[in-house]
Amino acid sequence: MPLASSQLLPESLREDFPILNTDVLDGHPLVFLDNAASTQRPRQVIDAISRVYEHDYANVHRGIHTLSERSTEQYEQARDRVRQLINARESREIIFTQGTTASINLVARSWGETNLKPGDEILTTVMEHHSNLVPWQQVAAKTGAVLRHVPLTPDGRLDLDVYKNLLSARTKIVAVASVSNTLGTINPIAEMIPAAHAVGALVLVDAAQSVPHLPTDVTALDVDFLAFSGHKMLGPTGVGVLYGKESLLDAMPPFLGGGSMINEVRLDGFTPAELPAKFEAGTPPIAPAIAMSAAIEYLENIGLDAIHRHEQVLTQYAYDRLSQVEGLRILGPKPEFRAGLISFAFEKIHAHEFAQVLNDRFGVAVRAGHHCTQPLHKLLGLSASTRASFYLYNGREEIDRLLEGIAAVQAMFAPKGRRRRSQ
Amino acid sequence: MPSDEELYQDHILDHYEDPFHRGTLSTATHAHEDKNPLCGDVVRIELELNHDGKIADAFFSGEGCVISQASASMLLEKLQGKTVDEVKEFSAADMLELYGPRLTPNRQKCCLLSWKVLQSAVHSPIEEKRI
Repeated sequence: MPLASSQLLPESLREDFPILNTDVLDGHPLVFLDNAASTQRPRQVIDAISRVYEHDYANVHRGIHTLSERSTEQYEQARDRVRQLINARESREIIFTQGTTASINLVARSWGETNLKPGDEILTTVMEHHSNLVPWQQVAAKTGAVLRHVPLTPDGRLDLDVYKNLLSARTKIVAVASVSNTLGTINPIAEMIPAAHAVGALVLVDAAQSVPHLPTDVTALDVDFLAFSGHKMLGPTGVGVLYGKESLLDAMPPFLGGGSMINEVRLDGFTPAELPAKFEAGTPPIAPAIAMSAAIEYLENIGLDAIHRHEQVLTQYAYDRLSQVEGLRILGPKPEFRAGLISFAFEKIHAHEFAQVLNDRFGVAVRAGHHCTQPLHKLLGLSASTRASFYLYNGREEIDRLLEGIAAVQAMFAPKGRRRRSQ
Repeated sequence: MPSDEELYQDHILDHYEDPFHRGTLSTATHAHEDKNPLCGDVVRIELELNHDGKIADAFFSGEGCVISQASASMLLEKLQGKTVDEVKEFSAADMLELYGPRLTPNRQKCCLLSWKVLQSAVHSPIEEKRI
């Protein structure tokens, strides 16, 4: 199906995002293209935070008083909204955490340390974010399990043939991102999950870059664990989600110990609470979870399919235009295999120069660096790249502005036969 | 917020394009290398300390942004022939002043990378002489 401008979302929704009116540069509206790192929030989410603190806030699950009842009810409604968003069967399969990193660490520590033995294999990929590499390196060091990595095809997708060859009876868990935060590649997890299950391995999906942008159905995927963050989907920082199949979560020991996660505590021991409280020690992110629910409502009103189509149009447009820039190397595959972000590099000009000049002269916010994927950058022969990542409030004219800025950076740092003047 | 016009002044771009002593030093007695973990900028400094504790010669290599590489060039030009004590006295604030344009905290790290490497290099003798 051809991508038409009619697939773009209405520009008027920008008005829901007060921060987009920030003037970072005199006379130029902010062009915010750092959404893969963290998105902005609509008025509806900001209002939800205020509403909780102004009217409904108290600690959850403890008090008998009115405010505690209200916040408990809204916190649990938020859990059920997350359940609906990803089509989980039971809301007790939804654990609120601090974010994707905390969710993955929970699985690595609780499931990994309990189940992994020397010689067992953890299979991850070379394109993972550090948050889906380091926790597994830590658990491998503790348990004697071996880490293996699925390599890339030349165009920056996962090599599925090698993936299938790497799977064996020794593979106990596959940890993979649904969308690469650097390459933008949409990984074929629907194909990878049954292949892992066929050898008896579980699958954890780092869905931080996909849940905010694409419809997600954990039941159809039959995925075992899925992790994502609120702040990458218009929600607040400090809240994320771990989805886990009930039977797996039930069999896992608690990760953090403390209040809420217990059934009974004696001086010499405790019995853990039922799901989901078992994995929510301490006071949970109450207001962030309730506001995340408002973000989900906002996204669902627009529709994740519509958001995905919007980003596809932008990505195709940006890809076509960036492809015409001489000396620019786009990291990752063709638009048909990628989500709404594009990282690029120039041989002669460092990413910092792009981020700096784009910000200072064009009011364009992009990311420069390794985007928490150092091993991937090393593999690509780079120390850093520049990343532009899109969301529902971005438009084509912002990509034009990005391209205008790139041309200016190229002109500014082109070799000019300069000579250093001696001091 | 400094504008890029100020950030990338001509004398800085001159150092970037025509650096002072970029390369390696076969007579090096001391060397150190470090990187900025946030952005991957790398700087290595090789230097020859003579018997008076003076920098007889120094070269840098590495890759990274304009600020990290131009600041290395400016630093070596400034401290060529100076003593180890003088290097130690040359503070981070002195380095930022030598660079010139005011930098945001993240870009200060780029500017101070070569300064940190040099401070370590004068205390890092090369163990085995290359034959």
